[in-house]
Amino acid sequence: MNVLLDNIDLYARGFLGTIELFVVAAIGSLVLGTILAGFRVSPVPVLRTFGTVYVNIFRNTPLTLVLFFMAFAYPRLEIADISFFWRASIGLVLYTSAFICEVVRSGINTVPVGQAEASRALGFTFGLTMSQVVFPQAIRSVVPPLTNMQIALLKNTTIAAGFSVVESGGIYAALSERGYNVFVGLMWVALGFIILVVPLTLLQRNLDRRWRTAR
Amino acid sequence: MTAVLYDIPGPRARVRNGAIGVVGSVVVLGIIAFVLYRFAVTGQFDARLWTWITYVNIQYILLGALGNTLLAFAVAAVLSLAFGAVFAAGRLSDRAWLRGISTTIVEFFRAIPLLVLIFILFFGVSRGLGLNITAYWSVVIGLMLYNGSVLAEVFRAGVNALPTGQSEAAYALGLRKTQVMTNVLLPQALRNMLPTILSQLVVVLKDTALGFIILYPELLYQARFLGSQGQLGAPILQVAMVIAVIYIAMCLILSGLSKLLERRLSRSPRSGPTDPQAMADGANAVLIAHAQGGGAPAI
Repeated sequence: MNVLLDNIDLYARGFLGTIELFVVAAIGSLVLGTILAGFRVSPVPVLRTFGTVYVNIFRNTPLTLVLFFMAFAYPRLEIADISFFWRASIGLVLYTSAFICEVVRSGINTVPVGQAEASRALGFTFGLTMSQVVFPQAIRSVVPPLTNMQIALLKNTTIAAGFSVVESGGIYAALSERGYNVFVGLMWVALGFIILVVPLTLLQRNLDRRWRTAR
Repeated sequence: MTAVLYDIPGPRARVRNGAIGVVGSVVVLGIIAFVLYRFAVTGQFDARLWTWITYVNIQYILLGALGNTLLAFAVAAVLSLAFGAVFAAGRLSDRAWLRGISTTIVEFFRAIPLLVLIFILFFGVSRGLGLNITAYWSVVIGLMLYNGSVLAEVFRAGVNALPTGQSEAAYALGLRKTQVMTNVLLPQALRNMLPTILSQLVVVLKDTALGFIILYPELLYQARFLGSQGQLGAPILQVAMVIAVIYIAMCLILSGLSKLLERRLSRSPRSGPTDPQAMADGANAVLIAHAQGGGAPAI
């Protein structure tokens, strides 16, 4: 208990960093992942190919490597000087959106064919079919896996700490500097994550209950 | 992908799709061109920064690093499969205390980030408790605990997804509990779950890269080392690109294997009316998402 109470400033700063990183990356990856899923089912072959290549590249690259690129290789290109917090967010978004894309696409697959056929019969364009008919149903059926993807993202933010973002994953280093028991300190970090996951789980259940489609 | 979301394009739609395609390619190519332009401007194409690839010594270093990555992957994969099997059996057991213990362990290790787990093993247990765990074993044990728990969920989901008639019929034939499990349920469950299990093994392979953070000399560690060598011109961008290609190739080989198995195994009558490949892909993505999230147990 002492380890936690004496270093509450460390923990507060660390977990605040985790939450900031998570919120930014969660919103970004949901948006980009959905757009990519749209690409992957679109009638334009170029966009489909782009979506497929993107997903295959980022699903098969370790997140550590993506962040490695962002941390060490990106500054070499001297494009724009962004702080590492934002570079880490971009890395997390690029990585996670590939997975979100696949989940959303599987949601689109669960929507019965008749739905899209009917909306086409009514004269809807592809954009309208997707945005008005297929997508609202698709997203409802994948609420649980989408939230699970976000929980995985929350846990993945710790990797950014390995590249010196102020983040809960980096608490151990400061603890050992201050001479505290690292084992106990890390157990508190683990507990912190278990606590952080709870609201997401509640949100998941709530959304799933409210949005479950009757088919 | 089936074409049910849009009609077969007529003349106007073809023109429009063509236009969008051209714009899309211009944007994508533009981004690529911009990156290449930055490469050129900042001198990343200098021959000096690329010659290291031809040095035999460096090739050996990278080969050794690749060996370390694969060693950690192989041992962690075998151990997590065993861990998953044991705790899936525990969670499916009829004894409440065994179920309780297994559930707690599986849920705990799924809920905490793998990196924190590795830190606990490497910094916490080593320094805090005086037990010495090397970087290699920290990575392997961490991967085993996390991915083993995920695999336990996958195994359990596979067994639970089987029709209850299977076990009922087996019991009716007079088989014992163990026999029902090993002779009837497991073979079917494993067959259904094989693609998911292989996808999880891809995750194991990717997560070995976390060893970099605790200085286990695997691919990324050597990449950082080579990238900071002044004599080579500090070619970190170039090294990272080569490493990325190696990782993507390894993972694609594993995923290709799982696709191959999936195609072989998906001749079951239960595959849906649409494209079975896409359906299986989707189901797989959802299952993996569920198992990795470690959040809510399915209600």
